[in-house]
Amino acid sequence: MIRMRKAFDVTTLPGFTFIAITAFVLLYAPIVTLVIYSFNGGNSVNLWGGFSLKWYAEAAGNEAVQGAAVRSFIIAVSASGIATTVATMAALGTTRRGKFKGQTAIYIMINQPLMVPEIVTAVALLIFFSSIKIATGYTGLGYLIIAHAAFCVPFAYLPIRARLEGMDLTMETAAADLYATPWQTFRYVTLPILMPGVIAGAMLAFVISLDDVIITEFVKSAGQDTLPTYMLGQLRRALTPEVNAISTALLALTVVILTAFFLITRKRD
Amino acid sequence: MSEEHAVVAQNVGKVYGTGAAAFTALGDISIAIRKGEFFTLLGPSGCGKTTLLRCIAGFETPTSGAILLSGRDITGVPPNQRPVNTVFQSYALFPHLTVAENVGFGLKMQGKSKAEIDAAVDRVLGLVKLEPFATRLPAQLSGGQQQRVALARALAPEPEVLLLDEPLSALDLKLRKAMQVELKRLQTETGITFIFVTHDQEEALTMSDRIGVMSAGALLQVGSPHEIYEKPVDRFVADFIGETNFLEGEARADGVEIAPGVVLPVTGHAGPVTLAVRPEQLRIGPPGEGLEAEVAEAVYMGTDTHFTLTLAGGPQVVARVQSRAGPEPRVGDKVGVSIDAAAVQVLAE
Repeated sequence: MIRMRKAFDVTTLPGFTFIAITAFVLLYAPIVTLVIYSFNGGNSVNLWGGFSLKWYAEAAGNEAVQGAAVRSFIIAVSASGIATTVATMAALGTTRRGKFKGQTAIYIMINQPLMVPEIVTAVALLIFFSSIKIATGYTGLGYLIIAHAAFCVPFAYLPIRARLEGMDLTMETAAADLYATPWQTFRYVTLPILMPGVIAGAMLAFVISLDDVIITEFVKSAGQDTLPTYMLGQLRRALTPEVNAISTALLALTVVILTAFFLITRKRD
Repeated sequence: MSEEHAVVAQNVGKVYGTGAAAFTALGDISIAIRKGEFFTLLGPSGCGKTTLLRCIAGFETPTSGAILLSGRDITGVPPNQRPVNTVFQSYALFPHLTVAENVGFGLKMQGKSKAEIDAAVDRVLGLVKLEPFATRLPAQLSGGQQQRVALARALAPEPEVLLLDEPLSALDLKLRKAMQVELKRLQTETGITFIFVTHDQEEALTMSDRIGVMSAGALLQVGSPHEIYEKPVDRFVADFIGETNFLEGEARADGVEIAPGVVLPVTGHAGPVTLAVRPEQLRIGPPGEGLEAEVAEAVYMGTDTHFTLTLAGGPQVVARVQSRAGPEPRVGDKVGVSIDAAAVQVLAE
């Protein structure tokens, strides 16, 4: 039998294995170290003092951490909720219709937070909100929620739009043909088919909000630390494995959410 | 128009765009479709047949004219308020709903009770022989089964008119033939008016009570399959439906001269005319019977053979002859061709 010539295969190139392993080590070694030291019995983030769960207990019992965790959670839930609603409407507005003039411009405008440097948005929001604070006297969590919702929109928008683009416009036509009012069409046809995209968008927005430092740091009022900004504050004082424990907990939460995101987007297609 | 018509289109026109970019999809269409009729809109792609269907369904609003349903003007009525259902070319089944939920969708939106919906779904699924698949999702069905679900879904609310937009085009030949019979049976059993859109002339001839032939946004001829096939009004219709020989000639008192000295005994016309003759209407006999001709080409097709014949004086015609045992004329043979004058159509130019 004649041997067929093999198709081009990148894995046969010299150095492939070495480069791949190096890249993975660089990606994961620091995180693995962080996780290991979260179980450190000693007081150092890089000197091993035996296995212990004491820093988890320490973090859980720390009122500042508790407050920051609750704040992070409230902001992430509210902001991802608002962002997902806005993103769903934007995605419907840009896809449930024929091609239109300025479509690309609209896409770019919706995805603005992905392109404008975050520090610019942070400074702009700081100035913008401070004048509102003076005018209204309100200093609650609302500013952080609105700021987070704004930069979460593109993260929610992209998976929702992707889902809608794969969805034939004839679906809505067929529903209308079968006596559905525009609202019924949305309720019984568009939204159920869209749901995996909406859930995926919301989860992504939640994770992005939970993780944010820069904008939060600029917009927050006194005593409004979220988990990431609290940890940043710790860095300036004594760095203990408590930050490792909090980071590990955040990592675990993120992994769970992103796994769910992956499973949901894959299962329905 | 009277109540016996299911759908009437009065001078319906549809223009897309404005000014220089304007495109006329429908010229000035007037048509009356009877109750309980299987009516086919036939024409090449882009002729406006789907646009007309979408105007009847309510997905498009005509730029001019009116559409009446059982005598009632529905031109501006949204699609969800028209007792008209559509079978889409892409089926457009709801992927997140089971077969039964898909079929019951229209009734549910109409606010029917669960008992009514269940009964109707059972009945219609029985009609299309899909009872065992009620709990499946559309993705778990074959193309032919999806097609029947689409049909059941459109039939379940018992519409006054069922619109079918090239529903068979995605099926393979054998399934398509079976579905043609099936559609005709369903139409007879339910008594619902069917308006069927297709570019397939054979499909149109097989199923329809009447056919409307369209081209470039205009309705050229409306008639029974027999009329359309045997008495086409113009060259486009004759050419689009089946195969046809066209012969240019000069009409005289004794007949039409199609080449110097070659006269077909078709009388009653004057001046230059075009004659249309179907290939199966030509008979080939021994030389001397009828017109003189020579076999230029013979193509064996199984059930019949297509002979291209060169008539004396130059014009060529195609004759379709049923295959039978025994010798057949070969290329180069001299033969005689007889054409029955009654089978010759004189076309308007």
